Amino acid sequence: MSILLTSKSKIIVQGMTGSEGRKHTQRMIMSGSRIVGGVTPGKGGQSIRFEEDGVKVYDSVHEAKEATDANVSVIFVPAAHTKKAVLEAIDARMELVVCITEGVPVGDTAEFFAAAEESGTTRLIGPNCPGVISPGKSNAGIIPANISGPGPVGLVSKSGTLTYQMMYELRDHGFSTAVGIGGDPIVGTTHIDCLRAFQDDPETEAIVMIGEIGGDAEERAAEFIRQYVTKPVVGYVAGFTAPEGRTMGHAGAIVSGSAGTAQAKKEALEAAGVQVGRTPSETAALMREILGQRRR
Amino acid sequence: MDLFEYQARDMFEAHGVPVLRGIVAESPEQAQLAAEQLGTPVVVVKAQVKTGGRGKAGGVKLARSPQEAAEHARAILGSDINGHTVHQVMVTEGADIAVEYYFSLLLDRANRRYLAMCSAQGGVDIETLAKEHPEALAKVPVDPRVGIDDDKAGEILEQAGFAVRDAVVIAPVLKKLWEVYQAEDATLVEVNPLVKTGAGRIIALDGKVSLDENADFRHPQHEALADDTGTDPLEMRAKEKGLNYVKLDGSVGVIGNGAGLVMSTLDVVANAGADLPGAPRPANFLDIGGGASAQVMANGLGIILADPQVKSVFVNVFGGITACNEVANGIVHAMKMLGDVASKPLVVRLDGNAVEVGREILREFAHPLVTVVDTMDAAARKAAELAADTATTDPGQSDTPTAPIPRADAATSQEA
Repeated sequence: MSILLTSKSKIIVQGMTGSEGRKHTQRMIMSGSRIVGGVTPGKGGQSIRFEEDGVKVYDSVHEAKEATDANVSVIFVPAAHTKKAVLEAIDARMELVVCITEGVPVGDTAEFFAAAEESGTTRLIGPNCPGVISPGKSNAGIIPANISGPGPVGLVSKSGTLTYQMMYELRDHGFSTAVGIGGDPIVGTTHIDCLRAFQDDPETEAIVMIGEIGGDAEERAAEFIRQYVTKPVVGYVAGFTAPEGRTMGHAGAIVSGSAGTAQAKKEALEAAGVQVGRTPSETAALMREILGQRRR
Repeated sequence: MDLFEYQARDMFEAHGVPVLRGIVAESPEQAQLAAEQLGTPVVVVKAQVKTGGRGKAGGVKLARSPQEAAEHARAILGSDINGHTVHQVMVTEGADIAVEYYFSLLLDRANRRYLAMCSAQGGVDIETLAKEHPEALAKVPVDPRVGIDDDKAGEILEQAGFAVRDAVVIAPVLKKLWEVYQAEDATLVEVNPLVKTGAGRIIALDGKVSLDENADFRHPQHEALADDTGTDPLEMRAKEKGLNYVKLDGSVGVIGNGAGLVMSTLDVVANAGADLPGAPRPANFLDIGGGASAQVMANGLGIILADPQVKSVFVNVFGGITACNEVANGIVHAMKMLGDVASKPLVVRLDGNAVEVGREILREFAHPLVTVVDTMDAAARKAAELAADTATTDPGQSDTPTAPIPRADAATSQEA
C-alpha cells in the first residue's frame, strides 16, 4: 500500500501542452505513472507523443474524465489561470488534484480550497508543491523518481528540495510515499492529513516530517502525533536563522513577531516525543537508527 | 507588502470606506501648508512608519494651528520609532471621537479561510485585548467565496456586542472593508481604531493593509506602492535580476536551490560556525531555484561577492530535476564570466542526480578558489572555517586549511 496514489491511479495533466507540463509528463510516464490524458482548453483533439505512445489532449477536465476515467489531475497551468483549472477539476469530481504551480494568489487558493473541502470528493495537494510519489507505483508531480525506490518510510514535507534530499539520504531504505505539501500560507493537504494516512497505512513503518518557519502547522501536527500516531516519527525544521518579518523563498515561510519560529516548532515536536534532527543528515541518521532497531 | 497608513487611507477612500482627509508631508513647511489646506481648527500630525506603538513613541501629535503642525512635523520627521526612521508624516483633520472600536480581516492559515475580528473596545493594542479580555474580541470565520455580506456583517457585530442602532451604521463599512480586502488581494485589512464621532459618523481613523505580492500580476497599480527607502542595495540589485535574496549579517555567503534547502543551509552553517573564532554566520539567503543555469549562478555569485562582509561562499545544490553536471557546468561558466570578481573561496556541495559527473567536472576545472566537499554538513563546516577569524585561529584545531584562499590542491583534498 501507499497513501494518496496507487499503481491504478489514472492521471491527467492540466497544462500538458506547456513546456513544464510536457517535460514533467514525460518524466512521470518514465517513472511508471499511468498518464491517460492532458487538458488544454482550445487544444482538444491533439495528441502529444511521449516515448512510443501518444497522449490525447482534451478541451476540458470533464471531457478527459469521461473519455479516460481518470481520478487524479496534476496541474501545471500558470498562476493567473490556476484557480479556474482547479475549480474545473473539483467540478469534474477528480479524487486527487495536485497543484504544482507556484505564485498563486492566496485568495485564489482560499477559494478553491473551500470548494474542494465542500465537494467532499476532491483532495487538493499544494499549490506551490512538488507533488506526491509512491515509488514503483505512481508519481503525480515533479519529484524525481530515480532518487529512491519503495520502502517503509513515509515522508511529508513543506519543501521540495528537502524532500529530495531526505529521499536521497534514506534511499537504501526506500519510501512508501513521499508528499511535498507545499510552502504557501494555505495548502490543500497538511502535515496532519499525511500523518493520519501514514499511521493508517500498513506499509509505512516510520514517518519523517519536515517543516519550516511560518504559521503553526507543525505545532498542530505535534499535538496530532501525541494523540493519534503510534508509529515512530522523526522531524526536521528549517529556518532557525531566518530574521523576523522576512519571507524566505516560500510565500508562507515568515516569522511574524514571535509566531512561527523554528524553535517553537522544534520544541512542540519534541514535547510530543518526536526526535528532531539539527541537520537533514542527522534527521536521516535518527530514522536509520529507528529502522535498524525494528529490523532486529 | 505592508502599506503605509496614508496608502491604506487612499485605498480605503477609493473603495468608499469613510476616512478623514489627510495630506502627506515630507518637511515642516509642507506640513504647515497641509494644515492650512485642511483648514480645521485641530489637525493631527502622524508619523508614517510601518510599525505599531507609534502613539506611545511620540509619533502622533495634535496641533491647534498650522504653525504648531509644522513644529510637530519638525520633531517627528527624521526621528526613530521602534527602529524605523520617519521620512513622511500625514497631516489629517481632527476628529471628534466619541467611541473607538476595532476591526480586522485577515488570512487564517490554520483554518484555511479568512477571519474577521471585531471589538467594541478599540484603540488599544489588540494582542493585549485578546489576552486580557478575550470575550470582548469577536472572531468570526469568513468564507472566501462569500465574504462579508449583510448577514456576515450582522453576525460579526452581534458577536462583538454592538447595539443594533450602532450595528446598522457600521455594517456597511465592514462590507466596504471586505471590498478592499478582496478587490486589492489583501492578506490583512485592519482598522484600529474605527471610530464613531459625536455626530454619529463612522470613520476608519487608522488603517493597516498588507497585500499579496503573488497577486501583483492583476494589480499593476500596486507597483507604485512599493517603498524602497531603507532597502538593502544588494537586495535591490538581486530583485532587478529576479533573484530570491535576503541579506543577513554574517560572513558566509549561501547559494542553494529550493527555499527549504537554502533555509536549512543557513541553519547548518550557523551551527557549524558556532564554535569557531568569530562564530561565522550566514551572510544571506539566496535561492536560485530548480534550473540553476550558468547565467543565474553567475548573477547569484555576483551579488554575493559584492557583499563586503562575505569571506567565503557555500554553494549547496541538490540535483533533483536538474542534473549535477549542469549545475557544475553552471559554476564553471559562472566563475569564467566573473573572472577577477570571483575573489572569495567557494565551497561546493553537489548531491543527487548525476553527482559523480558533476564532481568530476569541478575536479577537472581545478579552480584554486573552488573546493568540492561531499556532504552538506562537512561543506558547511568548511565554509564556516574559511570565514572564521584567522588571526585568532589555532591551526591545530582543524584538519582543513583555514587560510582565506586555499591551495590549488584543496579542490580535491576533500574527495579522499
